[in-house]
Amino acid sequence: MITPVPARLPRFDRLERYAHWATATLMLILLFTGFSMYAGPLSQLVGRRLLMRTVHLYAGLLLPIPVLVAIALRAGGPLREDLGRLNRWTRDDRAWWSKRRRGTAQLGKFNPGQKLNATFIGASMVVMLMSGLILKWYNPFSDSWRQGATFVHDWFAIGLLFAIIGHITLAFRDPDALNGMVHGWVKPGWARAHRPRWYAEVTGSDDGATDAVGNVGARAAEHEPESGLSTREVTVVDPVHGGAGDGIGEREL
Amino acid sequence: MTDERGTPVGRRVFLGLVGLGAAGVVVGARVQNWLEQVVAPIEAKDFTGLTSLLPFGNYRFYSITGSFPQRARDKYTLQVNGLVEKPFTISYQELTAMPAVKVERDFQCVTGWRVPNQHWTGVQLSRLLDRAGVKPAAKALRFVSFDGEYTESLTLAQARRPDVMVAYELEGKPLSSEHGGPARLYVAPMYGYKSCKWLQTIELTAEVEPGYWEQNGYDVDGWVGRSNGRDDAPT
Repeated sequence: MITPVPARLPRFDRLERYAHWATATLMLILLFTGFSMYAGPLSQLVGRRLLMRTVHLYAGLLLPIPVLVAIALRAGGPLREDLGRLNRWTRDDRAWWSKRRRGTAQLGKFNPGQKLNATFIGASMVVMLMSGLILKWYNPFSDSWRQGATFVHDWFAIGLLFAIIGHITLAFRDPDALNGMVHGWVKPGWARAHRPRWYAEVTGSDDGATDAVGNVGARAAEHEPESGLSTREVTVVDPVHGGAGDGIGEREL
Repeated sequence: MTDERGTPVGRRVFLGLVGLGAAGVVVGARVQNWLEQVVAPIEAKDFTGLTSLLPFGNYRFYSITGSFPQRARDKYTLQVNGLVEKPFTISYQELTAMPAVKVERDFQCVTGWRVPNQHWTGVQLSRLLDRAGVKPAAKALRFVSFDGEYTESLTLAQARRPDVMVAYELEGKPLSSEHGGPARLYVAPMYGYKSCKWLQTIELTAEVEPGYWEQNGYDVDGWVGRSNGRDDAPT
């Protein structure tokens, strides 16, 4: 270890956080106005259908804007990079789903639950926009398509409700992780324990991986000096834990 | 390298979900009809009422004001005025004492949901009109809800149809507040928005004055299957 580890590891830059919270605000407005128009008990409590409908329409049209703008901006580099990470599933991500192997999974910046959540919410935004446009500007569409659009809008709304309740619940259960999206940084200890591969990447050290699963890291470390095996060859030797080896020195992820 | 960076599962899931959504728009109507047949018997036996929260063939309650307007049956009155010989106001008891009619139809909303085979009981609107004595200058009706906002309209000819009534019972039970009780307009052959809930006043007018949703884009003549760009089976 040559470079000292800073007390705060930068996780999400300002633009990513703006994009997240703008999307989150719009999403909550959409959930509230949407369910107050259709969920029996809530709609009886709230009423004001014309107002709800107008707010829902504009919030819906605005929803994709913050993320799309942030992606398009020159400063959107970190966001674009993170979207790339959310897209890619490594062997460790797959190991994470198994209870038995979860402890050995060397995760990168995001865990597979976060990846799935982001993917689902992103895709749902497209689907909701698509079906919502059919519901609003229905003239060119047949009744069957309009009913289909209602059906899709209903069920994706229920899916989104559960995904977002889950997302918020998990965020509150892990204040260290939440801090990353609120203030932009996380504690190094959290990163080392939960995102060892990302920790290694941002600190430029490989002890994150070693600490998290000492024996795996140690094994990789043992091999290197004496046999000169590259980390990729370690991967071949140990298909499950090998993932720990192949990302260690890798910065470009 | 590809292997180390991982496989693009995110993109596949993303495209899969978008494809699912698109397919749902195309075949969703059929899937929904099938699901409703499956769920209806379960819902009938569901004491918790949880299944009624699912988006299947049941009523969705729309209110344009705050919480649903409440009015006790013994406080309820219905006025008939405007271009009539003898304007009058009757109580809930007087209304329900008048000769009743029953109509069984599907209830169709312009937003797409439909509730099959609903039994309505009420007083034919034409009977109330006869009691007030319509003046020759009257060509249309304006309905006002006691929610303080909602209005509706019909032509005199539409109002004279035998399947247009002031309803006070649905499925054999007194009309609840959600359904527009104590009494509401029920225009069987038209979309739900024509059936003004929480009916307070029936005013005879010289011409049709478009109601609340009609000022917001819905057709004034809201025939099921022949208006609002829809082709539902007529009710």
